[in-house]
Amino acid sequence: MDGIHDMGGMDGFGPIPIEPDEAVFHAPWQGRMWALNTALGAWGKWNIDAGRYTLEQLDPALYLSSSYYHRWLYRTENILVDHDMVSREELATPPEERMVERQGEPLAVEEILARQRKARSARVDENIPPRFKAGDQIRARNIHPKGHTRIPRYIRGRAGVIDRDHGVFIFPDTNAVFAGNKPQHLYSVKFSAREIWGPEASAVDKVYLDMWDDYLEAEG
Amino acid sequence: MTDHTDHTDHSHLSDTELRVRALESLLADKGLIDPAALDAIVDVYENKVGPRNGARVVARAWVDPDFKQWLLRDGTAAIDSLGYTSTQGADIVVLENTATVHNLTVCTLCSCYPWAVLGLPPAWYKSFPYRSRAVKDPRGVLREFGQDVADDVEVRVWDSTAEVRYLVLPERPQGTAEMTEDALTELVTRNSMIGTDRLAGA
Repeated sequence: MDGIHDMGGMDGFGPIPIEPDEAVFHAPWQGRMWALNTALGAWGKWNIDAGRYTLEQLDPALYLSSSYYHRWLYRTENILVDHDMVSREELATPPEERMVERQGEPLAVEEILARQRKARSARVDENIPPRFKAGDQIRARNIHPKGHTRIPRYIRGRAGVIDRDHGVFIFPDTNAVFAGNKPQHLYSVKFSAREIWGPEASAVDKVYLDMWDDYLEAEG
Repeated sequence: MTDHTDHTDHSHLSDTELRVRALESLLADKGLIDPAALDAIVDVYENKVGPRNGARVVARAWVDPDFKQWLLRDGTAAIDSLGYTSTQGADIVVLENTATVHNLTVCTLCSCYPWAVLGLPPAWYKSFPYRSRAVKDPRGVLREFGQDVADDVEVRVWDSTAEVRYLVLPERPQGTAEMTEDALTELVTRNSMIGTDRLAGA
């Protein structure tokens, strides 16, 4: 989707908020939020692409006005409701007035971390032929998928060169909506800064993106 | 239902705390999470996984040419050999800075970051200014970090759009030939492994 999260190349956000020696979490609730996400993800009800897609569907004004961990809070509430793990009514009811049924036993931390390692592996062990090889000229397709995608707006329609083949990976556009892995080759693709940003950009600088076969077409 | 706050998290903090606490207790009542497991996960990311892991990888590459070649050829395996197996299960590609090439990493679409070697990302890495500008004006971004890169040095920006994570191998500072691997580890900054810092004397 052409959403607010796709911000590569936008102007107007101001200086970078550099903070020397910052803490891992700026408040205890941020750590709880982080750990909640990790623990809930271990149930395997969704995948990383579905999680990102839920985040991308936050109201754009809310996305922009919320800090990173606030966005995670809203995302987590939404994805729990989407997967019938909690209801809107339960979220809106104060804890002291709530009557909930215990659904099972929670996972231990060792199990959570082990499942996280396994679930996050996006590499697929399938013998699928690559469409391109290092050195091939390509063009990023001019596509505007309505759902989740990992081809940023700023690169669509631009010409580049395959730098390396990473191997076969899960395709996020379909995985995000549980419509299959659609495994295919993922490449590191090199673009000149001028190809993307025009003659004002440095003549020597480059931008590299990781791109799947379905995002690319042969050039020339 | 909405709970708008600014990027510094100072406003409505108590509302947010209450909302997170209510969510945690609901999920605990349902048996979906164990609060003690959350304590342990926070401890892992606050105290066990962090940029010291990446610094050890870099220092090893500086003192051991064979390890460096392996690291650049197959970063995932070389890093696994030091025991920093990715908690994210993601492949890691290592990018070498030289006198003529400077690498900078970003995730414009979200905040992908090599947790296994650097821990959780700093707030600025996840900020809208960095995500929006790193690909378009990397030299301006580097200047904000106090780094002027010469016009003839090639700046390569790596936008982490997939489940491959990038780690920058900074140049070894000059005048460090006599230093031990442990001492070299202390010279490696987190930002030098993201690409927004260059080490003094390098």
